[in-house]
Amino acid sequence: MFNGDSLFYSRLLTELTLSFHIIYATIGVGVPLMIMIAQWVGIRKNDEHYILLARRWARGFVITVAVGVVTGTAIGLQLSLLWPNFMELAGNVIALPLFMETFAFFFEAIFLGIYLYTWDRFEDQRKHLMLLIPVAAGAAFSAVFITIVNAFMNSPQGFDIVNGELVNINPIIAMFNPAMPTKVAHVVASAFMTSAFVLASIAGFRLLKGSDHIYHKKALFLTMKIGLIFSIATAVIGDFSGKYLADYQPEKLAAAEWHFETSGDAPLVLFGKLDNGEVKYAFEIPKALSILAYSKPSAEVVGLDQFIEEEIPPLYIHYLFDIMVSVGMWMTLLSIVFLLGSNRNWTFVHTKWFRRLIVLGGPLSILAIEMGWWLAEVGRQPWILYGIMKTSDAATSSGQVDLMLVLFAGLYIILAIGSVVVLSRMFRSNPVERELEDRQAEKGGVVR
Amino acid sequence: MNLEILGIMVLWTFLFGYVIVASVDFGAGFFNAYSLYAGKQHILTNIIQRYLSPVWEVTNVFLVFFFVGIVGFFPKTAFYYGTILLIPASIAILLLAIRGSYYAFETYGAKGHKGYSFMYGLSGLFLPASLSIVLTISEGGFVSMVDEKPVLDYWALFTSPLTWSIVVLSIAAVLYISAVFLTWYAHKANDKDATELMRRYALIWSLPLIITASGIIVELRDHNPEHFANLLDLWWVFALSFLLFIGTVWLIWKRKHYGRAFGLLTGQFALAFFAYGFSHYPYLLYPHLTIYDSFTNEAMAISLIVAFIAGLGLLIPSLYLLLRLFLFNKDYVTGKSDPY
Ligand code: HDD
Ligand code: HEM
Ligand code: HEM
Repeated sequence: MFNGDSLFYSRLLTELTLSFHIIYATIGVGVPLMIMIAQWVGIRKNDEHYILLARRWARGFVITVAVGVVTGTAIGLQLSLLWPNFMELAGNVIALPLFMETFAFFFEAIFLGIYLYTWDRFEDQRKHLMLLIPVAAGAAFSAVFITIVNAFMNSPQGFDIVNGELVNINPIIAMFNPAMPTKVAHVVASAFMTSAFVLASIAGFRLLKGSDHIYHKKALFLTMKIGLIFSIATAVIGDFSGKYLADYQPEKLAAAEWHFETSGDAPLVLFGKLDNGEVKYAFEIPKALSILAYSKPSAEVVGLDQFIEEEIPPLYIHYLFDIMVSVGMWMTLLSIVFLLGSNRNWTFVHTKWFRRLIVLGGPLSILAIEMGWWLAEVGRQPWILYGIMKTSDAATSSGQVDLMLVLFAGLYIILAIGSVVVLSRMFRSNPVERELEDRQAEKGGVVR
Repeated sequence: MNLEILGIMVLWTFLFGYVIVASVDFGAGFFNAYSLYAGKQHILTNIIQRYLSPVWEVTNVFLVFFFVGIVGFFPKTAFYYGTILLIPASIAILLLAIRGSYYAFETYGAKGHKGYSFMYGLSGLFLPASLSIVLTISEGGFVSMVDEKPVLDYWALFTSPLTWSIVVLSIAAVLYISAVFLTWYAHKANDKDATELMRRYALIWSLPLIITASGIIVELRDHNPEHFANLLDLWWVFALSFLLFIGTVWLIWKRKHYGRAFGLLTGQFALAFFAYGFSHYPYLLYPHLTIYDSFTNEAMAISLIVAFIAGLGLLIPSLYLLLRLFLFNKDYVTGKSDPY
């Protein structure tokens, strides 16, 4: 009766859709804030460059939003199509934030429409900027609400199960579960960080390609500054996420750290390789795991020896964790050096190789997002609802999931290629230099 | 009124909203593609783009609202419909993806790419077809329980005349609603050619609409006698709806009050849609699932309703602003003020 194939393909399809959606969703959460900051700086300094920056980002944003909406609609339906048993159970307890998310979308969608089509309608630019607030708030709250649902999957509460029946349901307690504060904060901060570094990448790329326009330099400086702030925030909150795991999902932390035996003074294992249960070639920081888990070098950290084999998540999540943390550290360092260097006129921050590193920063941040989600989700396995429902009991019983997987893979390839082609064509056929000239000619005067 | 009925009313109302706004959107895409094919593109494209571009995402959210809301209020639907709809719903997602990306890609990138416009136009016909399948399935007779799991009988579904008449009705309705709306919109934009063309389409599509709508009632008599009997009890609502239909066609015919014609049309569809909904009561899926045995717990229901009311407080003013800026704004509609 049990259909192993549809479980396998349902997993694959969920992984595929979510991994794809999250790229566009992250940009969707972060970029409105960046546009807002740029437009605000532009108005305050009365600097046309920043206004144009906001304008061009907004135009590109339309493309990523479109793909975000399309893939988001897909995942929203797929949750019921692929995991009907889970959604039936979860619907009873955690439907509230899911429902509130649709209002956040609604709000965002309405004002995004208005914002995009009213650039020159207001005498006072500040009024136009106001329209962006609901867009940014709507996007951020979408992330908050959906992450609450995910937090619930990691630490379900707000109900009791008596004889297989759900009783004493309290949607509010379910929302404010122990995983929620760190998870929501980490997701939102990392989305802001990633968006800033993606935009920095673009500015860096233009400079690398030989443009020497001050416009790109302003863009780069602004985005690196924002990126630095949020990469620090991301790392700090990431540390709290580790402490949450130590308390509530110790096997996830232990698997991510290859921490096999419960012990105090636990070291942090970086990278390395597993050989018959032995960790080899790893880089160890003494006591760092105890500090990450409990802020105390001698604290005892639960190891994998405390768990039965079936409930231990796959050990490869160790690499996912390491890559994510490395990117976090690296981007913080890179942006500090860049900002210091720009202030103190260290010439090497303007060299080609340094700019290449900046260009790499955007893709790296997106990689960290993917790694982080895979860590969080794979690390929860075998559970779909931690301690309550196994992933294998949640999948659909219908047999055509493999076909759907092929169809959706095709769709995502088209969307990925389409969005990249359209974005690059959009900016190449209308370079900043020309747009700036056009706008000045239109105004019949010199700006600034 | 109990919570179950309140919940389904909220969802049904949003579904109605989706039917109207999405019909305008789907139909517009089709007319756009058709005019491209018939070489009349210059007449329509402008009007269509102007209306659709700022609002397509809003249209999509109506749908998202419905399917998220139904799982919230009636979690068992996730189990029943989630299991059986894998293929039809996945196809609908693909079609929606084509449409969603069209605006973004077309507006900036591959401007005037004909293949894409055609796909887009066709997706506007296939979407109502694939979405309306859900209504057909809900009439019962196509789903059986095997090992306590619902299984959909595709063969029975695709050989049933009921399926095909609902498909035809949905397409006719989309084209009719869209044509009436665009007649009004083109008229407001002072675009004589477009108004005339859309008016013709509206009149053409009114006939198939009313024929299929009546046909379905007849077919239900054999397919689902219980539902048919409930429909007959509400005959006067359908009669009223028919009168409104006559009113719309008459106004369009006389080239008068296009705005009012669209208002009558909305009334016509609202009456029919809600009468259909009431006659379906209490079933969500004949005979397996009713709104009572699938309903969520009371705590969740109340919190959803509170969230809904708070959400409406936020949405209604914003929607009003959107309509005022784009639908009722003379400068925007006639193209005097330039979008970015
Ligand atoms: C730019 C992206 C990014 C960066 C640089 C970091 N993270 Fe992260 N991390 C995420 C993006 C992310 C994420 C995508 O947002 C995740 C996935 C699920 C979640 O809750 O957040 C995540 C999850 C996640 C988890 C698992 C939470 C759970 O499963 O409940 C931990 C313990 C950390 N992170 C810790 C860190 C630490 C100590 C970092 C040090 C620099 C760090 N992260 C950098
Ligand atoms: C958007 C970022 C997310 C990404 C990239 C992501 C990725 C993943 C991955 C890789 C798995 C597979 C684990 C495995 O099978 O080994 C998984 C599991 C799952 N996730 Fe997430 N997830 C995300 C957020 C969420 C959220 C917010 C929800 C719920 C609202 C969710 C629902 C699920 C479900 C139902 C599964 C079980 C199916 C499975 O094992 O594949 N995910 N996710
Ligand atoms: C299982 C998980 C998820 C589901 C069911 C889901 C659902 C959706 C849906 C239905 C949409 C389209 C809404 C519309 O029509 O406007 C959407 C878009 C969006 N999603 Fe997701 N989502 C998930 C994961 C995430 C995560 C983890 C984030 C953020 C970290 C996120 C952020 C967004 C944003 C910001 C948008 C708006 C589109 C954009 O601005 O690019 N989503 N999502």
